[in-house]
Amino acid sequence: MNDRYSRQELFAPIGSQGQTKLRKKHVLVIGAGALGTGSAEVLVRAGIGKLTIVDRDYVEWSNLQRQQLYTERDANLRIPKAVATKERLTLINSKVDIESHVMDVSVEEMEQLVKDVDLIMDATDNFDIRMIINDISQKYQIPWIYGACVGSYGITCTVLPGETPCLNCLLETVPMGGVTCDTAGIISPAVQMVVSYQTTEALKLLVEDYHALRKKLISFDLWKNHFAAINVEQMKNVSCLSCGPNPTYPYLAFSNQTKTAVLCGRNTVQVRPSKPMDRNLESLAKILSGQGGKISQNPYLLSFSIGNHRLVIFKDGRVLIHGTKDIAEAKTLYHRYMG
Amino acid sequence: MELVINGDKVEVPNSVETIAHLLHHFELQQKVVIVEWNAKILEKGLHQETKLCNGDKVELVHFVGGG
Ligand SMILES: [Zn+2]
Repeated sequence: MNDRYSRQELFAPIGSQGQTKLRKKHVLVIGAGALGTGSAEVLVRAGIGKLTIVDRDYVEWSNLQRQQLYTERDANLRIPKAVATKERLTLINSKVDIESHVMDVSVEEMEQLVKDVDLIMDATDNFDIRMIINDISQKYQIPWIYGACVGSYGITCTVLPGETPCLNCLLETVPMGGVTCDTAGIISPAVQMVVSYQTTEALKLLVEDYHALRKKLISFDLWKNHFAAINVEQMKNVSCLSCGPNPTYPYLAFSNQTKTAVLCGRNTVQVRPSKPMDRNLESLAKILSGQGGKISQNPYLLSFSIGNHRLVIFKDGRVLIHGTKDIAEAKTLYHRYMG
Repeated sequence: MELVINGDKVEVPNSVETIAHLLHHFELQQKVVIVEWNAKILEKGLHQETKLCNGDKVELVHFVGGG
């Protein structure tokens, strides 16, 4: 025994009883980017029993400004994030059981990952996967904590099955497109703020101090000095297909998922949204123009070349990603530029 | 007109008469936004018809995907 958790146990709402509870808990973190590395480090230092973390990507130089577990070596060697995360976390706290997977998470993977999990932390970068997390959370009655950020803005909300509205209740439409960290940038303090809110809620849940949970959706803009908090309890939709009395978990159905397909012999992956959409190619061209790539356009499609890849974006929402046969890499590029 | 938006007093131009105008004013019209108006959450269908008055309290939260 040593006193590694002494300061946390001195904190009255946790105490030694809370610490004992933490030790028995298993948290699943989806994504090992900025939010994921932040959350994972807090939870592992705090002494949870087990952490499972998954990510499909590898470390790049542009990650180092904010993805706190990675080093220049990881970027130079393009180490998968899940691998680099596990290495670093094991050095930080060898007593926590850390399981990591280099994995592109969709419905089937989620079904496997949530076994024996007490809490799911959202550290993803798109709503396709968040809607899956939301339905899985309802199906297995596991709480999850939404968190997202871009620029100096952040937003977070805690979803408790059987109590709070779920993400499907809160979103009248699933956000499509829009700016991403790769198109609008991101500052590290915005990440840290979201991580602070998410992990504090996580600690409350894990030590079972349910009265302390925040019942509001909050957002902030650190650069503009804005803060907003909305009590969303009244948004619980009694006929919600995810959290209502007769759930169908629509986002676990194949028809509602974004589809990918490798196009034979063309070194190309097609990404197709679940529903046809009418992309505004003009505004997309504007967003992408700051990326240092090359853009060309006709009335039907927009072509965007960057590095060794070319993305061809159709008005109906489909995107062809040339220069890869790897679905995980294609999805990364898709969400990086399309949101 | 002066509104209290996310806790701050904000002066908006007279052309901003409704919640829908306000979202436009802040360039949030294309985003998925939750609007709380005088402590009540407003469905999207009511944004057009909801008229703003001096001193109204509005909370605006828009969803983003990054992380
Ligand atoms: Zn719901």
